[in-house]
Amino acid sequence: MTTDTVDTGKRRTLTLATSAVAAVGAGFVAVPFVSSWAPSERAKTAGAPVEVDISKLDEGRLLTVEWRGKPVWVVKRSNKTLEDLKTLDDSLRDSASENDQQPEYAKNASRSRKPEILVLVGICTHLGCSPTFRPDLAAADLGADWKGGFFCPCHGSKFDLAGRVYQGVPAPLNLEVPPHYYVSDNVILIGEDGSAA
Amino acid sequence: MNKLLNWVDERFPLSSLWNDHMGQYYAPKNFNFWYFFGSLALLVLVIQIVSGIFLTMHYKPDGATAFASVEYIMRDVPYGWLIRYMHSTGASAFFIVVYLHMFRGLMYGSYKQPRELIWLFGMFIYLALMAEAFMGYLLPWGQMSFWGAQVIISLFGAIPWIGDALTLWIRGDYVISDATLNRFFALHVIALPFVLVGLIVAHIIALHEVGSNNPDGVEIKKNKDENGIPKDGIPFHPYYSVKDIVGVIVFLMFFVSVMFFAPEMGGYFLEHANFVPADALKTPEHIAPVWYFTPFYAILRAVPDKLLGVIAMFASIAVLFVLPWIDRCKVKSIRYRAAIYKVNLAAFVVSFLVLGYLGMLPTTPGRTLVAQIASIVYFGFFAVLWYTSKNEQTKPVPERVTK
Repeated sequence: MTTDTVDTGKRRTLTLATSAVAAVGAGFVAVPFVSSWAPSERAKTAGAPVEVDISKLDEGRLLTVEWRGKPVWVVKRSNKTLEDLKTLDDSLRDSASENDQQPEYAKNASRSRKPEILVLVGICTHLGCSPTFRPDLAAADLGADWKGGFFCPCHGSKFDLAGRVYQGVPAPLNLEVPPHYYVSDNVILIGEDGSAA
Repeated sequence: MNKLLNWVDERFPLSSLWNDHMGQYYAPKNFNFWYFFGSLALLVLVIQIVSGIFLTMHYKPDGATAFASVEYIMRDVPYGWLIRYMHSTGASAFFIVVYLHMFRGLMYGSYKQPRELIWLFGMFIYLALMAEAFMGYLLPWGQMSFWGAQVIISLFGAIPWIGDALTLWIRGDYVISDATLNRFFALHVIALPFVLVGLIVAHIIALHEVGSNNPDGVEIKKNKDENGIPKDGIPFHPYYSVKDIVGVIVFLMFFVSVMFFAPEMGGYFLEHANFVPADALKTPEHIAPVWYFTPFYAILRAVPDKLLGVIAMFASIAVLFVLPWIDRCKVKSIRYRAAIYKVNLAAFVVSFLVLGYLGMLPTTPGRTLVAQIASIVYFGFFAVLWYTSKNEQTKPVPERVTK
């Protein structure tokens, strides 16, 4: 039976239902495209852990290795440096490493597994520049009370020799300590926590 | 000839398209030189598309070979240097022309009712243009390409919860890498140009629907003769198509002077650090974006908190989108607006220039303070506008356009 009147309500319902089904379909179609932007298998493989031999690292020196394309620093600190770190707590944002920028085993005063060896991702937590290593005490441009640390040339963020960020600089967080463990006394594997974490 | 035209017209609205947009599009007769920048933007778009197409014929979007392929274009490809300098100079020229075009809109109230959508399309064009320029700047794969992109992509990392996953997804790797370069190339040469052209078409269709504003801010459609033609209107073609040629010639004089004699513009159009290949392990001493981004970059740096800084930076652009609703003054043109608006607009322009200058320099505490003051003035423009525009003491607006 036909009538002259158009059931607009029914028409709208059908239009809405069709649109909804099409939107769901479009969502599914988007999945492969959106997913294709995620790191590829090759990129993930290249992000594998790296081994560092620190037997030749002198006190006060910095060694840079590449892990996942980022610079990772290994610094051997002197006892004086470790003493100096304790005096800085009041001028730091997060002196006790409350923020989740390090594995559990590095959440201590020296932010490291072995007190003298510091392992850090050398990327500023502000906008991803790589800070410069400035171990020189009382550097002219950084002030007389500078105890050595890292200075980001991009936006002037400052970090101490445990990678802890100073107050009043743009970087919000301490430098990241990457997962790492000692394979032997002088060999560090960066990228894994190790079983005995 | 006429028969051929008729044959086409029966199958495709050629004549009516021409008449709607050129031959019988009536534009106000009192346009001044500020009205050159719209057509100049179109000219620069053509320059960018043509030079860009030819660059892709020699460029390699590959982390290992990109930098060398640009040097190859510069040294070995016949006239490659010219085509590349045309493209790099065009990028800066695009922003100069667009900023002047936007300032024209601010002066004469071209964003106001009934032209809000023209302004919105224009703002989306501006956004797409910034994305296009940003992604294009990564392609030479120099130090500034790399670290500039690193900084900008990190901005998204400030978004709570999803930030880190989002930056990883944008980069396609744990750092800026070949994957990032490759996808930026695709977006730069295909996706964004499509978006840009689409938006520009919408911008022009909306303009030609409503009709052009003018330095007096008078609606010429209110005064029509017996044929329905605005009394103060003249056909775009030939009057303005010919007049625009004058603008094109003056513009090209500047453009080719830069292209031939100062394509790097002392490091402002092509930054010095970008002549060093990208190195993920070494940040340049001083990272600054290209000049057209520096005002927003200065706002970002002025805020001593990462997330708030990013929010302030995006807000500084977002607030422009709602300008037609912030400005509640009925009078369009600055000619008939109160002194407060003139002062306010002047302060806004000064703050924009100061921020742009500071954004290019390394920070010092003094400069940061100046940037903070300039940022407040920048946002202050909109606040003052909101409060003063509703009951502004305007001068009487004439019925017809003036000389």
